[in-house]
Amino acid sequence: MELIFEKSVEGRQGYRNPCGDIPTRTQLPSGLLRKNECDLPEVSELEVVRHYTNLSQLNFSLDTHFYPLGSCTMKYNPKFTESVAQIPGFSELHPLLPQLRNGEKFTQGALEVLYNMDCLLCEITGMDAFTMQPLAGAHGELTGVMMMAAYHNAKGNKKKYILVPDSAHGTNPATAATVGYEIISIPSDAHGVMDMGILKQKLSHEVAGVMLTSPNTHGVFNPQIDQVAELVHAVDGLMYYDGANLNAVLARCRPGDVGFDIVHINLHKTFGTPHGGGGPGSGPVGVKESLTRFLPISRVEKKADDTYSLNYDYPDSIGYIASLYGNFSIILRAYAYILMLGKEGLMAVSDHAVLNANYIQKRLKPYYKVAYDRICMHECVLSAENQASQGVHAVDIAKFLIDKGIHPPTVYFPLTVKESIMIEPTETESKRTMDLFIQAMIEADALSKKDPDRFKVLPQTTPVTRPDEVRAARELKTNYFQ
Amino acid sequence: MSSYIANTENEVKEMLAVLKISSIEDLFQDIKPRHAPQSFDVPQGKSEFEVVQHLRGLAAKNLSGIIPFLGGGYYDHYVPAAVSALASRGEFYTAYTPYQSECSQGTLQALYEYQSSICTLTGMEVSNASLYDGGSALYEAVMMALRITKRTKVVMSAGVSPIYRKILKTYTYNLNFDFQESSVVHGHSNREEIYKLLDKDTACVVLQNPNFFGAVDDHSDIVNKAREKNILVIESVYPVSLGLLKTPGEMDVDIVTGEGQSLGLPLNFGGPYLGFIATKKKYIRKLPGRIVGETTDIHGQRCFVNTLQAREQHIRREKATSNICTNVALCALQAVIYMALIGKQGFKELAQLNLDKAEFAKKVLDEIKGVEVKKGTPTFNEFTVALSRDASEVTEAMIEKGFAAGFPLGRYYPDMARHMIIAVTEKRTRQEILDFAGALDAVLNG
Amino acid sequence: MEVIDHFLYTKEHEWVNIEDSIATVGISAYAQSSLGDITYIELPAVGDEVEQFGELASIESVKAASDIFSPISGKIVEVNTDLDQDPGLINKSPYEKGWIAKIEIADKEEATNLMTADEYENFMETA
Repeated sequence: MELIFEKSVEGRQGYRNPCGDIPTRTQLPSGLLRKNECDLPEVSELEVVRHYTNLSQLNFSLDTHFYPLGSCTMKYNPKFTESVAQIPGFSELHPLLPQLRNGEKFTQGALEVLYNMDCLLCEITGMDAFTMQPLAGAHGELTGVMMMAAYHNAKGNKKKYILVPDSAHGTNPATAATVGYEIISIPSDAHGVMDMGILKQKLSHEVAGVMLTSPNTHGVFNPQIDQVAELVHAVDGLMYYDGANLNAVLARCRPGDVGFDIVHINLHKTFGTPHGGGGPGSGPVGVKESLTRFLPISRVEKKADDTYSLNYDYPDSIGYIASLYGNFSIILRAYAYILMLGKEGLMAVSDHAVLNANYIQKRLKPYYKVAYDRICMHECVLSAENQASQGVHAVDIAKFLIDKGIHPPTVYFPLTVKESIMIEPTETESKRTMDLFIQAMIEADALSKKDPDRFKVLPQTTPVTRPDEVRAARELKTNYFQ
Repeated sequence: MSSYIANTENEVKEMLAVLKISSIEDLFQDIKPRHAPQSFDVPQGKSEFEVVQHLRGLAAKNLSGIIPFLGGGYYDHYVPAAVSALASRGEFYTAYTPYQSECSQGTLQALYEYQSSICTLTGMEVSNASLYDGGSALYEAVMMALRITKRTKVVMSAGVSPIYRKILKTYTYNLNFDFQESSVVHGHSNREEIYKLLDKDTACVVLQNPNFFGAVDDHSDIVNKAREKNILVIESVYPVSLGLLKTPGEMDVDIVTGEGQSLGLPLNFGGPYLGFIATKKKYIRKLPGRIVGETTDIHGQRCFVNTLQAREQHIRREKATSNICTNVALCALQAVIYMALIGKQGFKELAQLNLDKAEFAKKVLDEIKGVEVKKGTPTFNEFTVALSRDASEVTEAMIEKGFAAGFPLGRYYPDMARHMIIAVTEKRTRQEILDFAGALDAVLNG
Repeated sequence: MEVIDHFLYTKEHEWVNIEDSIATVGISAYAQSSLGDITYIELPAVGDEVEQFGELASIESVKAASDIFSPISGKIVEVNTDLDQDPGLINKSPYEKGWIAKIEIADKEEATNLMTADEYENFMETA
């Protein structure tokens, strides 16, 4: 499709600024003014509306297609959560208002949302206090690992390493490295969980902590999770819970009860806020009592008179990790979602998420190698190894699914499984939708035996087919004006 | 109870039969009784109507109808209706990261247009597809400069947002970097002090334009000086001001960041916002976060993909350029739609309107006894005033009169308790400015 | 996968061709094929000192990034700047046009830590 810049016609305007009711025009010294034009497009409002509406229609999305993207929890985003986020009393609220003297009293509703979410998330995860500030999951990880460092520094612990299983999301090692730790990767055992023997070997007093996703990215819940925590605590290491897969264990197992000290939650996964084509996310972090003094400032507190305030007076705090109070309007959506589902609703989430994933795994087992042949949690990891021997790789199956009107599962992650296809249906999909997906996967397998070359020119129903990524990386055109 | 769960009882039975188990419970056998929650005291669920009522009630507890002259990095600009109408389309709103480019061309092309818009706005060669917010973007820029130069010292002007400076210190606490701050004289970065701090260990100089006090500057001289020692210059900018102001590109700045909230995003009590970062092409491999690139498909058609992914955490893990996974694609989309709507001419006018209204306010306010508008340095749409009383007391009294009067500087600059910064956007009318001046006069002299 | 008889190899799939005091270094045919189409290489600077098995360069393909380690210690005397324009030379001609750097050898004895072509072929079969 043409770019918006290519639709530009000199002199066309799409917007009328408010009238200039100030008669005098100010002229800044010319040395302070830009000389090169800012070449934004010159288009009408209708052209803008049509352009971006047409662009939107080139996307697959949750609202239009089944989207079983493993590890991303693409559940339905309830429409009402967006409408509450647009209530002007929230959307027009200036973030610096509560920083004016006695300004908190003008933002009591917003502070109450943050406070209530803190309490709800504590109860849901079994932690003692939360910060709502982290702006995404990876940002939550960064906040959590910085608190880990603060904890060890305060105790005078000399720590050097963070242990991460080989099945971990890339953000775990990247985050630990950002905070200055060295990473030790622990391989998985035959059941798909972190190898206990190797863990014991690698644990030492130089280990700051272990970062785990539970259930992990193989879709497996480690039944020895509490023993892992004991071992890590024995060397004064901390247990970090990556909440990417919390959807599987909601109301079934709280990280705080099985030995985790720090937790981050991806609100856009577990609590149904929009993924937005890749953000904004929101990654609140919860900690146990022993770490609360390190939480970032400000913290929202409830005073004796039932009013809410921002407290910056925590001398041991790691400080400011975000400019303000977090992605407020995302937190607001998640708050509305949790209130609506309530206790029973949250319990049903994990039940159906896990049931759906197991159903898919079982139905596809005759056709695809299952990475770890056991009951899975909310996602299952298959491998296209058999199909690959015919020359049909995971990516080819992904492209086949696109032609069937299904967004492909996650492919080539986790890195521990060759030709991996990671499927997470979530609780909001029906059996009927899953049956259509299963049928498409079975057809892909059949075609891989019959006509493997056919895959190389798929997909054919989309506006483009197999973009040349090598060319993109070698020629590097990332700006229309260059 | 809905939970938005689709399965009927019958379907559940059918699935259990396929799994050859009798209840969903059997799927949770790895979770042992000792792992069970010690409590799960979450309130019972509510209907959509009840939740909406509850939230409307909370929203009503927030102050509304106040006339804002409050900025401090977050500005009350008008957002045309088309922005949210388009950005909330489900095809954008409920998609995820465009890993499968064939079914994500909408998001990918919009992000490419966003990158291009940021480049023409800032006068830079390359932009990424967005970061969390202005503060984290500045942190990422500093980390980038440290990686490029392999040096350890950062020189920062006190004119950089104090909130951003606090963030930088938090993030680098556990790392061995040396932060040096230079003061601000007469609203401008103190050249002499900065030059003294530049040495062979210095990775970068961090500046802001307009700075936190509202002063507009041309940093070309600092760039030239830094260049002599192969030191990079980072500038945090306010995008609306670039409708008029000399661009970082024209000053030959190396890395530009900023808060993109003013490009079509509601204030939302602090987020989600939009961090932007742009740089020279030679540094593109050191940029953090997602980057969209143009290419062709097997039929030779132009299309767009995520490119240079080998920099990112999902491939390079602990050696990645940043731990960032997601960006804020939806906010970047809002920004690109906003910029397209306002357009080339409209953006210039918008900046001029902001400038004119602020200048008018400066003139009116300066006539009030007890208000001294700081002069000597040009400003854009925000400026510093010195008051005859504590500025916190004044803003408190002004709220009672229906105005968010400005941001008292004493909070972050203890020796400036009587100063505040006042922002005037295109939304403020002449009458509002006059009323504001009247109210301020009454508070100070009434 | 092709190997060159008189070159020496590392376990990380780099090759080295030693001629007098100069070692020419690159990556093996196996290495380039497992990386896929190479899109970029970050070359060391002439004059840099490198250690045996220390980092020499880093290389990117669309889906992977990896470090290249120096098979031998010494000073970089020349780098293959053609790779800046056309990193795909490593795919097309890993042992000739795709060479990466020339190193002035510090210690010839280090060559005993490397594999011969036969040993490398055995290594690839068993690994």
